Amino acid sequence: MKLTQGTFSFLPELTDDQIRAQVQYCLDQGWAVNLEFTDDPHPRNTYWDMWGHPMFDIADAAGVMIELADCREVYGDRYIRLSAFDSSPGWESIRLSFIVNRPTSEPGFRLDRREGAGRLIRYSTHSYATERPAGERYGDDA
Amino acid sequence: MTPDRPTSVDLRAIYEESGVGKILDELDRELVGLGPVKRRIREIAALLLVDRARRELGLAHEPPTLHMSFTGNPGTGKTTVAGRMAGILHRLGYIRKGHLVSVTRDDLVGQYIGHTAPKTKEILKKAMGGVLFIDEAYYLYRPENERDYGQESIEILLQIMENQRDDLVVILAGYEDRMDRFFSANPGFRSRIAHHVEFPDYSDDELLAISEVMLERLNYRLSADAEVALRRYLALRREQPHFSNARSLRNALDRARLRQAKRLFEESEGPVDAEALSTISAEDILASRVFETSQAGSTGS
Repeated sequence: MKLTQGTFSFLPELTDDQIRAQVQYCLDQGWAVNLEFTDDPHPRNTYWDMWGHPMFDIADAAGVMIELADCREVYGDRYIRLSAFDSSPGWESIRLSFIVNRPTSEPGFRLDRREGAGRLIRYSTHSYATERPAGERYGDDA
Repeated sequence: MTPDRPTSVDLRAIYEESGVGKILDELDRELVGLGPVKRRIREIAALLLVDRARRELGLAHEPPTLHMSFTGNPGTGKTTVAGRMAGILHRLGYIRKGHLVSVTRDDLVGQYIGHTAPKTKEILKKAMGGVLFIDEAYYLYRPENERDYGQESIEILLQIMENQRDDLVVILAGYEDRMDRFFSANPGFRSRIAHHVEFPDYSDDELLAISEVMLERLNYRLSADAEVALRRYLALRREQPHFSNARSLRNALDRARLRQAKRLFEESEGPVDAEALSTISAEDILASRVFETSQAGSTGS
């Protein structure tokens, strides 16, 4: 199941050149670009791990692409997303966020129904990946 | 579906269109002297234009390596030219952004193990698409301390200079003898740098021309005998240690302005006009210690 979170997620995977062009657009708008990764892609998990600091004061997308290549080398088997922050309102607000790397196999989610008192039903989303310990979720034998 | 390629290109038109002619003329006009440097910059500009023409004709074109080293005595305009270089390379389409990131050893080398690589990478990321100017680059290499972190920084620089040639241009600058020693200790650098540009010392005439430009920018001017005095001053100053070309000149002029202000206060009775406020006279320059102690060989003001 292809994870659809963030912008462009219903499009085919972006190529590196397309990512570079998007990043350059963000930088030209004066936004700071940030990389995050996770192996727990639950839709409500907003706190992904940061790959270094958000990149301020960068003029050209090549600087971001270096970091993306480094991040893929270490966490190539996890989800990596790229976010652009706009600080012009006086705080950092996300303008654009999209997934730039995903594991080869994505097991997806299961819908759990929990029956309560009477006919009450509570629903929850269960990520199959999290059945394995963190760090081993998207290995080769997954 | 390849578009039809033109069979000939008009170099003159490319030259006009790039707007580089304007920058080169500006360079000629605003920077005094520096003949060999300007010639080299023209050569590089021509090379890049021809490369662009070749690309349009579909001929093989490998973007040339443009990493440079600027060597020369203090105050010969290395930093100024580096700033212009970023503009020129940008106009020629060789670098994408055309900004200049100017750093020294402190910005690249960390203070403890594991600090250097992120620091150097941070700077390199900022410089992507522009020019990275490393002033006094030889401080990166400290042979007397084999555990010095400078070496780590050098290795990262070399790797990026080789692998991302079309993303940034690195300019190393420094005094000639020490740069020579630096290059002989780091052959990797010498071979990755295509252009070694030497900045000659300014002659007295050139320094006088520079003084005119400097003062004009501040709305000052030299009186006729002040000019004679300044010429004598430069000849004497040159003999003394720590002479640093245009920088010494600028300091001398700053001190002359100081003395002029003091003189105006002491002499003036009643209102002074713009003429008096903007003229530096011979006595402002002759009061310099260089004249008194020229025999004693002091480093004086």
